[in-house]
Amino acid sequence: MYRIEIEHLTKYYGKKLVLQDVNLRVADHEVVCLIGASGSGKSTLLRCVNNLVDFDQGDVKLDGLSIFDDGLSSGELYKRIGMVFQSYNLFPHMTVLDNITLAPRRVHRISRAESEACAHELLKLFDLDGFAGSYPEQLSGGQQQRVAIVRALATRPEVLMLDEVTAALDPELIGGVLQVIRDLRKQGMTMIIVTHEMSFARDVADLVCFLDGGRILEEGPPQRLFSNPENPRTRQFLQRIIEAGRL
Amino acid sequence: MTSARPGPVSRPGRNLRARDRFLPSLIGLLMVLGTFFLIRAVVIRAEQWPRIKAQFFNGQAIIDVFPQVLKGFGLNMSVWAVSLVVIALWALVLAVFRSLHGPWFAPLRVFSIVYIDLLRGLPSLLLVLLFGFGVPALRIPGLPQKSLFWGAMAMISSYSAYAAEVYRSGMEAVHDGQRAAAKALGLSQGQTLRFAILPQAVRNVVPSLLNLAVALQKDVALLSVLGVRDAVREAQIYTARTFNYSSLVAAALLFLAATIPLARFTDYLSRKDRERRLQFTV
Ligand SMILES: Nc1ncnc2c1ncn2[C@@H]1O[C@H](COP(=O)(O)OP(=O)(O)O)[C@@H](O)[C@H]1O
Ligand SMILES: [Mg+2]
Repeated sequence: MYRIEIEHLTKYYGKKLVLQDVNLRVADHEVVCLIGASGSGKSTLLRCVNNLVDFDQGDVKLDGLSIFDDGLSSGELYKRIGMVFQSYNLFPHMTVLDNITLAPRRVHRISRAESEACAHELLKLFDLDGFAGSYPEQLSGGQQQRVAIVRALATRPEVLMLDEVTAALDPELIGGVLQVIRDLRKQGMTMIIVTHEMSFARDVADLVCFLDGGRILEEGPPQRLFSNPENPRTRQFLQRIIEAGRL
Repeated sequence: MTSARPGPVSRPGRNLRARDRFLPSLIGLLMVLGTFFLIRAVVIRAEQWPRIKAQFFNGQAIIDVFPQVLKGFGLNMSVWAVSLVVIALWALVLAVFRSLHGPWFAPLRVFSIVYIDLLRGLPSLLLVLLFGFGVPALRIPGLPQKSLFWGAMAMISSYSAYAAEVYRSGMEAVHDGQRAAAKALGLSQGQTLRFAILPQAVRNVVPSLLNLAVALQKDVALLSVLGVRDAVREAQIYTARTFNYSSLVAAALLFLAATIPLARFTDYLSRKDRERRLQFTV
């Protein structure tokens, strides 16, 4: 039984083919890293999985049930799949606490007291206690991104999708955010991670998928894929990453 | 247009002295006064000036008519204040209609687009005449018959179209990521608008809305064409009785006294807003 099954997923933006017959299965507690050049369709794939954008063919299943099934309300879909974005996308006019409790209170109708208690607990867990009353712009980028992760965790999702969550951060702030993700892995969180941090991917991934031109060209366990890529394009991509000093 | 910047000026190496801070503003002021006196000199030399002066700038006449014009001006201000509130709300509704997506919202969307196009395309004066004379003439039972009411409705309808566009630009200025984040959290379209988009959009457009408010403050005088006894109408009544136009100057002074502070306040808010945004991007 898989948590997430992506089957023959095809998507166009206008006439441009962005995802082409993508197949991917993610088991419980598994961590899948998506790598690939900019524009290869990584973000779009994540956005298709939680129905942020429509796709043209194929299906996405959560615990064996299509995300379009009537048995799965959209509120429940978003409760079970959390998502974190590259640019944090915290709501700037709300305090950290309000950002975190918005969905639990308004979407899932959990009482204010209960959702705030839960939020404080999470903030403490991620070394963010003391920031509950702050506004996002008063926090560093790394802190904002950790708050965004906490916000995504506030509904206790089963799957977390992370889209280049360290790409917008100053180098000295990246470590803290990656550590949070490592901790989540230890706790058994199922994750799909888009990242350019190859050494991090090597550490945390159970499976690495290389996307190119909207297709998964190669996939495999990180040890194999990074040390012995089969596809020439994968080799080329990794070569360039090594030259840029990021592996 | 002042280059005198408030705030910390004691940066090392560049210490603005009082002279550097106030001199530019002083020069600006002198330029305005200079222009004024130049025009004045030309006007005063005109052959007809003594006659015009007595007719338009008769101090005694201005003092005499002032209470009457002021009373009319009170009407201008109350119509303005009530209209402002209604416009702010109705325009927001229109902007929200226009922003909804999904096939079932198409009627609201189309309604809003057509409304905005129509009412922005018609001169306010024309609308005031059509509403103010037209609707009461229909004598529909149950509807208010006063032209004041319908004239105000015309102003509200017209300005709402502009204000709706202002709101819309504010909503579009909210970053796409905010919508994506809201949707990824499971918020419905309405919740996304209410909790994520509108609070940011409204904050973005307050200065632009205040600019509209300044414009409306003057345009309320259009209601005088309906015979409503506002400041301009009162001034005209005086003119008709005495053949002296100084009452119009009295009305002009009142309008300036109301609009200039509001315009200054709008500028102040815009500046604050810009500073806040700069802070955000750093
Ligand atoms: N909203 C959009 N409208 C049109 N084209 C898009 C949109 N979003 C992404 N694309 C295109 O889809 C392709 C894949 O984009 P994306 O999934 O963002 O790639 P990645 O995340 O791997 O950098 C790109 O060619 C991009 O230009
Ligand atoms: Mg991307």
